[in-house]
Amino acid sequence: MELLANLGDGFAIALSWQNIGLALLGCFLGTIMGALPGLGPSNGVAILIPLAFTLGLGATPSLILLTSVYYGAMYGGRISSILLNIPGDEPAMMTCLDGHPMAKKGLAGEALSLSGIASFVGAFLATWGLILLAPQLVKIALLFGPAEYFALFALAFMTLGGVSSTNQAKSAFAAALGLGLATIGVDTQTGVPRFTFGEVHLYDGLDFLVAIVGLFALSEVFIFLETRHGGSDAAGRKLTIGKLYPPVSMIRQTTPTMLRTSVLGFIAGVLPGAGASLGSFISYSMEKKLVDKNGTFGTGDPRGVAAPEAGNNAAAGGALVPMLALGVPGSGTTAVLLAVLLALNITPGPLLFSQNPDVVWGLIAALFIANFMLLAMNIPMVGLFTRVLMIPSRILMPIVAMVSFVGIYGISGSTFDLLVMIGFGVMGWVLRKLDVPLVPIILGTLLGNSMENNLRRAVTIDNGNWWTLIDSPLSIALWAIAIIGFVLPLIVGARVKAKMHQRRDEEGAISD
Amino acid sequence: MKFTVTRGLVAAAALSLYAFAAQAQENPECIAPANPGGGWDFTCRQVGKSLQDLGLIDKTMQVVNLAGGGGGVAFAEVVNKRTDDNSLIVAASSATATRLAQGAYPGNSMDQVRWLASIGADYGVIAVAADSGIETLPQLLDTIKADPSSVSVAGGSAVGGWDHLKVLIAASAYGIKDVRSVKYIAFDGGGEAVTQLLAGSVQAFTGDISEAKGFVDSGDIKVIAVLSPERLPGEFADFPTAKEQGVDAIGANWRGFYAPGGMSDEAYDAWVSKIGELYASGEWKEVMAANGLAPLDLQGAAFQEFVAGSVAQIQSISKEIGIIK
Repeated sequence: MELLANLGDGFAIALSWQNIGLALLGCFLGTIMGALPGLGPSNGVAILIPLAFTLGLGATPSLILLTSVYYGAMYGGRISSILLNIPGDEPAMMTCLDGHPMAKKGLAGEALSLSGIASFVGAFLATWGLILLAPQLVKIALLFGPAEYFALFALAFMTLGGVSSTNQAKSAFAAALGLGLATIGVDTQTGVPRFTFGEVHLYDGLDFLVAIVGLFALSEVFIFLETRHGGSDAAGRKLTIGKLYPPVSMIRQTTPTMLRTSVLGFIAGVLPGAGASLGSFISYSMEKKLVDKNGTFGTGDPRGVAAPEAGNNAAAGGALVPMLALGVPGSGTTAVLLAVLLALNITPGPLLFSQNPDVVWGLIAALFIANFMLLAMNIPMVGLFTRVLMIPSRILMPIVAMVSFVGIYGISGSTFDLLVMIGFGVMGWVLRKLDVPLVPIILGTLLGNSMENNLRRAVTIDNGNWWTLIDSPLSIALWAIAIIGFVLPLIVGARVKAKMHQRRDEEGAISD
Repeated sequence: MKFTVTRGLVAAAALSLYAFAAQAQENPECIAPANPGGGWDFTCRQVGKSLQDLGLIDKTMQVVNLAGGGGGVAFAEVVNKRTDDNSLIVAASSATATRLAQGAYPGNSMDQVRWLASIGADYGVIAVAADSGIETLPQLLDTIKADPSSVSVAGGSAVGGWDHLKVLIAASAYGIKDVRSVKYIAFDGGGEAVTQLLAGSVQAFTGDISEAKGFVDSGDIKVIAVLSPERLPGEFADFPTAKEQGVDAIGANWRGFYAPGGMSDEAYDAWVSKIGELYASGEWKEVMAANGLAPLDLQGAAFQEFVAGSVAQIQSISKEIGIIK
């Protein structure tokens, strides 16, 4: 077994005291960065690069530190989603949908530890996928041309109805709003600036981190200010924490979900144009289509917590496949890791596995170590995290506001982004009043650009022939799934709708 | 008092993280005008690391990513707010010159900053898939001439960007009259463009040697022309130049730095000599070799002149193809 021998060599490299210490440090810092709204995995990794260089670390220890931060941040993102309904990073957005309702029901401890386990399962399976399939998986990525990518994005948006628990029309409106916002900036296919009004800050489009922090965190602060002003004490969020470990029955109930979504998320991660956000998004909406017979998704269904977490952590592992094997980053964070590899004089690409086996296998061993460390770290730390819920809002909300402002300014160093963030905060507040879900807006902004560019690339390559969009078996299959996912709920719509109406009053847009 | 402890922890965690970003103003600082992971980011980080390894700077180079406007946000920031900063350098490349030439940094021009030095150049390549029937550059250009719609050329820059201009320079040198008929598909970075070449979605690739190198080594793509004046040294010597195939086209993506316009002469000279010393070192030769960077050894006034020439050249091509009026 050459594979096991290689892996053994990898562990021999990774298991030194220094490397274990680095992995521990990376996991801890990563979890915190993931949990802080605004600081996501890509910034977390970028912030720690100087540390790795200052310590004079070699290639393998640097990678161990930085990938631990990466995996840690993917774990950490869920914490603020569940506790505060503010996603810690983009892929953790879908975890808000069921995670926060669970916390409201007094199941915060269960939600956190269950999502920790789901993260572990996703990341663990993805790491095995990386080992066993990396060279073959590259071929999947090569099946996806612009037309297939467009079909994939269309699939994601057509199954969007599954995402929002409120009115379908409103979530369609929200998605359209997000897609509209995505058109801001220089159009790469013609080089013409759109909706920039001569403002150079808008040339690259809106930064979705700014949008997320504004829409979720700031609007939360505004809602708090408003309810305080109205005299109703916002201590209404007195929540019980519940148990720190999920009951065995819950784990058993969610196991099939975790396995399915790990595979789905992993594949989304492998595609360079898709990434972790699409991974958790598709995982959630597909899982909802598949198992949500009673309409409990969106109201605190444990499967709705497990699905996106397993999905996004599997995607994080999957994204390493194209980075290592093709030198093409599958996500923002892997783009940063790629830069680090280049700075360390290692060229990722088709020959990396044969030219630098020590780096590859050391990295893979480090991923396993980081994974177990994170699981061991996250379950006992649930007790600590849940205390956040007991901080009174009048203290918590100013901290949220401070972290939002400092975080966004720290990343971009521009006051313009702060103004945009405030704008999004006000917009989020108004939309919540109107009961419009916020998640589809972010999805639209996040994925809109790639979707549009791929559509236009496909059509340009085929000289304006629109039939190119359904010209391969793969794209036909994707369209078929998309159409079934879109039409099926309409046919059985009456039944579903009745159930939706039953529960939309209690939760409203806050639980979107 | 559990609450106080938790609050303290949250605050301490937040502060310690942000302290990373805010620490020590006196440290030498390099602005990468893009998000982490791109070429400018690489320039800052690699040069910062090498300068420190060589002992040319005693503190770690602080790399700040100031993305936006294809480098325009950073340019405006330096011109408007940091023009007297002596410890600041900013990564730049042909893309910076292209945007300055096309007026894509509204209200800014190249005279507002001081150009320091180059650290190398990435010569442009035109490549096709290994199993393609096309073997030479004239063959590709003939195919385009006969039926422009039959060849899609993929590149990592937006329309009007440097990757696009390179293929147009070649087409125009070969005598294709309406260069605008050349079908160019913009991807998000050279890596994605090469992937689509492998996937068979497009027929040709225009980009930098460093983007193509890994795939040439693995035998997936073949470089049909490198846009350099003469054959490159070392492992790249097999690539035929466009010139030797009768297409007089040269396209180099240089990498280098500019400094704030109000930087003192003393500080400017110090930076110029540090980067010059770095360039001359054996370590940097290795970095260049590993990343496919070709020699481009220009410092101080010579570099300033080179950038001015580069801006003027791009301006005239852009006018010719109608990207600017």
